[in-house]
Amino acid sequence: MARRPVSLNTRGKNRFVLLCVAPAIILYVLFMVVPTFDVFRMSLYNWTGVGGTPTFAGFDNFVALAGDMQFVRAFQNTVFLLVVVSIVTMAGGLVLAGVMTQGKVRASNLYRFVLYLPSVLSIVVVAAIFSAVYDQQNGLINGSLNFLGLDSLSQVWLGDQKIIMYSIAFAMVWQSLGYYLVLYMSGMSNIPAEIYEASALDGAGPFRQFFDITLPLVWETLRTSLIFFIISSINLAFVLVRALTGGGPDGSSEVLLDYMYKQAYTNSSYGYGMAIGTAIFLFSFLAALIISRATKREVLQF
Amino acid sequence: MTTTTSAPVPPIVTPPSSSVPPGPTSRQRVRRRRPVSWISNLVLILISLMILVPVLWVVMASVKTKGEFYGNPWALPEGLHWQNFADAFVDANMGPYLLNSLLVTVVGLCFVLIIAVPAAYALARFEFRGKSILETLLLAGLFINVNYIVIPIFLMLLGWDKALRTFMPSGFFIDNLFVLGLVYAATSLPFTIYLLLAYFRTIPVSYEEAATLDGASRFRTMRTVMLPMAMPAISTAILFNFLSYWNDYIISLSLIPGENKTLQVGLLNLFQAQRAAADYGRLYAGMVIVIIPVVILYIIIQKRLLQNVGAGGLKE
Repeated sequence: MARRPVSLNTRGKNRFVLLCVAPAIILYVLFMVVPTFDVFRMSLYNWTGVGGTPTFAGFDNFVALAGDMQFVRAFQNTVFLLVVVSIVTMAGGLVLAGVMTQGKVRASNLYRFVLYLPSVLSIVVVAAIFSAVYDQQNGLINGSLNFLGLDSLSQVWLGDQKIIMYSIAFAMVWQSLGYYLVLYMSGMSNIPAEIYEASALDGAGPFRQFFDITLPLVWETLRTSLIFFIISSINLAFVLVRALTGGGPDGSSEVLLDYMYKQAYTNSSYGYGMAIGTAIFLFSFLAALIISRATKREVLQF
Repeated sequence: MTTTTSAPVPPIVTPPSSSVPPGPTSRQRVRRRRPVSWISNLVLILISLMILVPVLWVVMASVKTKGEFYGNPWALPEGLHWQNFADAFVDANMGPYLLNSLLVTVVGLCFVLIIAVPAAYALARFEFRGKSILETLLLAGLFINVNYIVIPIFLMLLGWDKALRTFMPSGFFIDNLFVLGLVYAATSLPFTIYLLLAYFRTIPVSYEEAATLDGASRFRTMRTVMLPMAMPAISTAILFNFLSYWNDYIISLSLIPGENKTLQVGLLNLFQAQRAAADYGRLYAGMVIVIIPVVILYIIIQKRLLQNVGAGGLKE
């Protein structure tokens, strides 16, 4: 199979190859490579307003960032969401996937269909659904509580600084659980049934099997998905916060990307916005690196 | 399971013959004790309800009259108040936005296929200088997060418009749905090329050799021999790209500041306006308009979609 396609690599090949790859290279460089370098370049400039001229500022933007309490708050909130949501989503996804592949669950295709549904909805729609759920007077939660006469339990889900981040975290878990469930299920379906059968003969129960067989064998899938998760939840948190709370009340639910867009578009501080962008990039890169190192295990084969 | 990369791996579509892993059937599985199965079913039912109830509740509320939003939230609507949809379509502009979204999605899909299919084919089949550099560069693109680079893209297009001002005073690049489609296509190139590349490599080269011997040109061979054979991978690419273009919010928000908004931006505006006016009916109707095309598509292609999310894991 590794034989090179000899007869294809003949005269006139170069022109054909060039015609095939040139459009892709041009578009890729223009709309992905150049803008990526621009993020780093612009973070070193002071640039206010589209009309203004950028002036070189060195690391001034980054020095300002370190003392910007709004930024620190947004950073803390982002880390909070990453930690809480990734733990709940991945643990939940893993357990459910284990139950659905190993346990005797009827209609598991139906559950999978329902649980994956939020993954095909846009984040704006998810945000709109949760604004309906959390609505202070007539939302699904408070409306139901009021109707049942349990007014005392109702909360200002998106207005109370103590619970707002949990409300957002819940919406994020709701959105992403199904994706990770399906991902882990497919990893688990590759594990040969004989392994489970053999261990059952040795007297291992379902819990023992989950921790001794399933978990080690899907470990690599888990690692990759965790790194993936960091990138996708930074985005998810951004649109959810933007749509649900706008970062309020009083900056208490601000997250990094939302703050970046506010600085760039609302405040017209493009340089400062891009410094935030660079900080997020470095943070997610470092987090991915640390997680990748910390979770490294010898890859087990079956 | 020998993957050592820590990169987000694009879904790898394998040929139909091997696309379904030979997973154990339920009969082969070891039987579980009853209590576990009872509890797990209960938990799954509860979680499924937690997902479904809010969605169905919004769909139900979309046909309620204004007065019905107060009081018991679980009450069924007394009648079908379609006026909400008329309001959303016409007053809130969701009708035109729907057409814009359709246009942008179709344009983006056309661009990405026309550009990515030949590039992936050339990378899979030909040896040329700089090939490995190109492949590495594209792989790196999988790590680039579109959310960071939207602002530079916006400023770049704005600069181009400024340069063109003498010829086109109203601008060309900003507020242009075709340019938006092109940007969608460009930002999904790494993913799409990798998906197709992996598939092309699984197709034996003898088919093309036969076509070449019959005197077909390279372009013709690609179009008439490879394209039909790559349909499973191409349709997967269409599927995932459709979802990402249709659901995109942030690129569209930045590049279309004018009237020609897409559905997602329109919906967010609608729902920020609702917060001030408490006009729930129109908002919920708008949401249903945004959800329905995606849910219909999801129901039709769920099997293929769910299978490929799996393939997006770590099969090498």
